[in-house]
Amino acid sequence: MLRLDGVVKKFGDKRAVDGISLVVPKGQMVGVIGQSGSGKSTLLRMINRLNDPSEGRIFFEGADVTRLTGRELRQWRARCAMIFQQFNLAGRLDVLTNVMMGRAFHAPLWRALLKLWTHDEKAMGLSALEGLDMARLSGQRADTLSGGQQQRVAIARALIQEPEIILADEPIASLDPRNTQVVMDALQHINRHFGITVMCNLHSLDLARKYCDRLVGLAAGRLVFDDVPAALTDSVARDLYGLESGEVLGPESRPDLVPAPGLAIAN
Amino acid sequence: MASPVVHLPEAQLRPLLASYDAAVRSRRFHSLLVMACIVAAIGLSSVSAEVDLAKFFGNLGNFTSYIWRLFHLDNGAWVWADPVEWYWGAARWLRLLGETLLMAYVGTALGAIGAFFLAFLAAANVAPRPWLRLLVRRFCELCRTVPQLVFALMFVIAFGLGPLAGVLAMAIHTLGALGKLFAEVVENIDMKPVEGVSATGAHWTAAMRYGALPQTLSNFVSYSLLRFEINVREAAVMGFVGAGGIGMDLIEAIRKFYYSDVSAILLMIVVTVAVIDTLTSMARHRLIGMEERH
Ligand SMILES: Nc1ncnc2c1ncn2[C@@H]1O[C@H](COP(=O)(O)OP(=O)(O)O)[C@@H](O)[C@H]1O
Ligand SMILES: [Mg+2]
Repeated sequence: MLRLDGVVKKFGDKRAVDGISLVVPKGQMVGVIGQSGSGKSTLLRMINRLNDPSEGRIFFEGADVTRLTGRELRQWRARCAMIFQQFNLAGRLDVLTNVMMGRAFHAPLWRALLKLWTHDEKAMGLSALEGLDMARLSGQRADTLSGGQQQRVAIARALIQEPEIILADEPIASLDPRNTQVVMDALQHINRHFGITVMCNLHSLDLARKYCDRLVGLAAGRLVFDDVPAALTDSVARDLYGLESGEVLGPESRPDLVPAPGLAIAN
Repeated sequence: MASPVVHLPEAQLRPLLASYDAAVRSRRFHSLLVMACIVAAIGLSSVSAEVDLAKFFGNLGNFTSYIWRLFHLDNGAWVWADPVEWYWGAARWLRLLGETLLMAYVGTALGAIGAFFLAFLAAANVAPRPWLRLLVRRFCELCRTVPQLVFALMFVIAFGLGPLAGVLAMAIHTLGALGKLFAEVVENIDMKPVEGVSATGAHWTAAMRYGALPQTLSNFVSYSLLRFEINVREAAVMGFVGAGGIGMDLIEAIRKFYYSDVSAILLMIVVTVAVIDTLTSMARHRLIGMEERH
């Protein structure tokens, strides 16, 4: 169980995350929604401790993870895998080496630095890649792959961490519709079959409704919605997204399809 | 909890492992070869350069006795017994030291400005013309392979004794060295912003100005400061060939065996270099810190 207790993140004077308390039971698939700039990425990054909270605490299975340092901090990070919008692979390294980073915490440092992975470790990496239909590209440089392929490599890296939580920060925001489905299906599969908690920042409400058990809505760093997807009516969504609502709700729920007068000039 | 990775059967795994190994084998062989060459080159060069340890230890005594004499005045007392006598030339040396710093500053600034413009022409990822890129690269190579003192000597012959020759020599060498480093900085940028600007129809210089420059500026400044540190040291010996600065007095004191003058001038140079090093590395770290905080 993951518990956030009054978590605040300040950047200078700005409160990017402003006092969020939240309990996420094991095995839930949580969608985090909200306008861009509402603090979704910062929230996820604080859980992995890529950003440190300015106030408040984060507990996992009863242990405070906000104060961890050194090896214990790295161990916590190994347990909560992170998936990024921009994939965050080392583009100049080959695919399997990127995936093996998922074992970098577990393997002894000297072996990790010399790329001396054991047969079992490589087998694990290749198996994870094969599960995402990527094993045949294992020797290729990561920056030669398409976005969808790179995100699958990033998921394989996360999987071989054997994490208890997966934190996905808009994992599909740079992908085409087909790859969007591949990636979201993969996350759902991981969640359903292995009971791994998934927290996923999403911009599209359609996807959030389709894939998540629970939606958490942020606005200006505060928690403004926390319920099952069915409770997220269009009017609640419009409050949450303001001007961006037309874009996230999809065409069928858009109230006005009449273009505003000024827009026609652009064509 | 069950592992989320479903292990493949060994039979299915073997061809996958084999094809990965085949893909990386040539790269791995390549890096081993490079390492072997480096080790061999170190061994060979120390043999052929006659690095003779026996000779080194045999003559160590001469060197220590020279050092001992450096720290004694003509009357046989330790130099710090009479600081006024030791630093009898302080006013003149300070002026020369100031001239040295000024030479280093002007030389670095001129070289860095030149390198700044050449870097974008020489960087493989953004260079507008391949032939121009090659030309600029060769030019930078020439500028930095000829030692500064050789340039300085040539300029002394052309323009006469004095700091002008030293500044020119340093500017040219700095241009060559920074031109290469700056070009490498440009080669390591993220091309996405450059493409973003170019795609609007903007001129190459605009694409560089808005797409590339913001990513490179802090590195440019950092490398220039590092070069300034190096040039302060270099400027101190420019005087050996008459190209200005405190080196002129230092070489004279060495040649004429004014032992205590040698130690006095050396100490001033060491202190100055240490102060400059500290200040510039503080500045560089501030810059790097700013970069990371965005
Ligand atoms: N490193 C940072 N420095 C300063 N401000 C930041 C930083 N990261 C995020 N912010 C600000 O915090 C707010 C929340 O950002 P973010 O968590 O990225 O939002 P989201 O992911 O919901 O779009 C934004 O206003 C953003 O400008
Ligand atoms: Mg974000």
